[in-house]
Amino acid sequence: MDAQVPATKILILFAHPALEKSRVNRRLADVVRDLPGVTFHDLYEVYPEFDIDVPTEQSLLAAHQLAVFQHPFFWYSTPAILKQWQDLVLQHGWAYGSAGTALRGKMMLSVVTTGGREDAYRRDGFSRFTVRELLAPIEQTAYLCGMDYLPPFVVHGTHRMTDVEIARHADDYRRVICALRDGRIDFAAARRHDRINRRLDEIVQDPMVER
Amino acid sequence: MHGEGFFYQAFVYLAAAVISVPVARRLGLGSVLGYLIAGVAIGPFGLGLIGEEGQNIMQFAEFGVVMMLFLIGLELEPTRVWRLRAPILGLGGLQVVSTAAVVAGIGLAIGLPWQAATAIGLILSLSSTAIVLQTLNERGLIKTGGGQSSFSVLLFQDLALIPMLAVLPLLAASTAAVHGGETTAAHGSTWVAGLPAWERTAVVVGAVATIVVGGRFLTRPAFRLIARTRLREIFTAAALLLVIGIALLMAQVGLSPALGTFVAGVVLANSEYRHELESDIEPFKGLLLGLFFIAVGASIDFALIGSRPWLILGLVAILLTVKFVLLFALGRVFGMGLDQNLLFAFALAQGGEFAFVLFSFATQNDVLEQEIVAPLVAVVALSMALTPFVMLINERLFQPRLGTRTAEKREADVIDEESQVIIAGFGRFGSVVGRLLTANGVRTTVLDTDSDQVDMLRRIGLKVFYGDASRHDLLASAGAATARLLLLALDSPSKTAELVRTARKHFPHLTILARASGRSDAYDLIELGVEHVYRETLDTSLRMGVDALRLVGLRTYHAHRAARKFRMHDEASVRDLAAMRHDRESYINLARERIRDLEELLLSDLRDRDADADAGWDTDSLRQEFGQPADD
Repeated sequence: MDAQVPATKILILFAHPALEKSRVNRRLADVVRDLPGVTFHDLYEVYPEFDIDVPTEQSLLAAHQLAVFQHPFFWYSTPAILKQWQDLVLQHGWAYGSAGTALRGKMMLSVVTTGGREDAYRRDGFSRFTVRELLAPIEQTAYLCGMDYLPPFVVHGTHRMTDVEIARHADDYRRVICALRDGRIDFAAARRHDRINRRLDEIVQDPMVER
Repeated sequence: MHGEGFFYQAFVYLAAAVISVPVARRLGLGSVLGYLIAGVAIGPFGLGLIGEEGQNIMQFAEFGVVMMLFLIGLELEPTRVWRLRAPILGLGGLQVVSTAAVVAGIGLAIGLPWQAATAIGLILSLSSTAIVLQTLNERGLIKTGGGQSSFSVLLFQDLALIPMLAVLPLLAASTAAVHGGETTAAHGSTWVAGLPAWERTAVVVGAVATIVVGGRFLTRPAFRLIARTRLREIFTAAALLLVIGIALLMAQVGLSPALGTFVAGVVLANSEYRHELESDIEPFKGLLLGLFFIAVGASIDFALIGSRPWLILGLVAILLTVKFVLLFALGRVFGMGLDQNLLFAFALAQGGEFAFVLFSFATQNDVLEQEIVAPLVAVVALSMALTPFVMLINERLFQPRLGTRTAEKREADVIDEESQVIIAGFGRFGSVVGRLLTANGVRTTVLDTDSDQVDMLRRIGLKVFYGDASRHDLLASAGAATARLLLLALDSPSKTAELVRTARKHFPHLTILARASGRSDAYDLIELGVEHVYRETLDTSLRMGVDALRLVGLRTYHAHRAARKFRMHDEASVRDLAAMRHDRESYINLARERIRDLEELLLSDLRDRDADADAGWDTDSLRQEFGQPADD
């Protein structure tokens, strides 16, 4: 992997309470876990008792430019530990409020897998809201902290997904993370879509050699 | 040369012990052998620093045995003694009777009169309580099947001493002179000497009843009063007084003092003063026993042995062989496993310290001639001195083969299911760990020294080896070369440390997780380079603390988080203090050290109390910034 000059350091906050039973998230985790320039932070592994170490988490955030929440979509939200993480780490006076400027100018990305198919996440669908709408609390959290919230990376329909499809999503995920790290994302193009992995070829400028 | 007063003698004995015992332990020989060698060294045939007074010292030092049995009694609750009744009466009785019969038979065969042969048989059937129990204790084998059986037999032998003292005078070839003689205070003139049998029995029963009833109803209020004085030395004095008083009473009614104090110990086993008594008597017992072993070493008559070496050595060999064979056979009859049976038979094959007393008693009663007794005393002393060696041979030569033989046999069919985890020690700590792992499908290999436990675990299909996990050959046969984790869940900190060293030397790839009894133990393990150290009471104490916090009104979740924070803090401080401790070269005063550590801890607990890590749930700063009333 060639190290690009203005590398964006990425912190992946990963939350899956039963990774050993996961099919899709495990593959998604595996393809980014060891990437250079990426810190993969497995919250359930580090804090089995939810005793989040706030100073450590804050210094991790401070040392990265992009925070990624990677998790399955549980009840239209994050697994519990990630909520706990938000409650404790994003402190008033540090992350927000008049003195809370630690996160200003950083970016945030949600990486979400849903069991239901994409057409369930429509006004007339089973879930009645789009994933982007349901992610509003996180988007607003990012906003309040002065962070730039990117369109989410969403993998729909994991309940019935073939291994080939999983492999394709894993490839896409790795491609997006690498591009974000190396500054090869067309953010304006990305913002035209409700999710970042809708038209990847329009958004990611692949280098000649890479991937 | 010898005998320049008390201090000179004390100096000689103490110096001999202080020099030779650490050396012996260092060489893995055990303290008993160290004392014996010290005795030989300072005795008439070594440096000649002590002479004939060795015999007197021995009688004095026998009191160490009395104290040891008191301490053993303290550890044994009455129900446990009751559970041991079958081995005590059955195994012990058969051992004494069969050994006496065979030895007497040999005596008859070489032409001794039947009275003398019987006396010798009875006397030689006894084994050495002091040497056997001390050695078993030191090697952590007392709780094993073989250890318990040995203990039972020794207890019976103590019981058997009473009828023996009664019977020996009756064997007198000439006129039956039932006079006690002035052999020892313990077996000298007694209240019961002249009484008819039934009265004697009544007195004996009365004395034991006195101990039981007195122990139950009198000692506790008495100790409570004494404890209230808050003078520690008075409590120690009272404890010694109790033991010595019982010993005297027992001697007066013709019972074994050791037996009497044992009963007293059992009676007090449930009392709240048990541990205090234990720690008070313990050092006296240790020193006196050491003195006793030194005296045994010094009393070995090398001149006699030198004059008739083959006779003496031959007799030693015969004695050890006969006793070993009979013990082993009895072990088989009582269904002991091979390894435990070997331990049992090797442990008890020597003659006992009571033989010295009984031999001189028999001589005074004209049962035995001095010419017969002198070599036999040497034989008994030699056999006692050889016991630690014999047990060492058993441990190093025989037991490993048992372990590895079983291992080889099994390895053929388990190659594909090599365990990743080895657990050393499967008591109340290790068994929980092992169950958790097994319940989650992780294969474990267990090493334990409790053979009953081992049998049971094998029966339910677990991979279990009997044996001392600190031997690297046993670790190897348990698959240490391919395992990933070594879990140390042993009771004994010294064993744990030994195992850590062995494992790091021979199997450096193993990740070691070690149980520690407390902080200072944890320091030692950290210094040995163990990364995962678990203080056995920490989590339980914290859980109790959490419940206490809840019961005084804190919210449960808050209490839980406080305990978690406390634990993290505490674990960190253990590591800090371990490093600091390494700097302080030596710590003679452990108690002061502990107090200092605790002070340090308490202070840092207070310091950190205000640093709230969970301010995210706290709205104080929010109310300050946004909480002003809108219409102000």
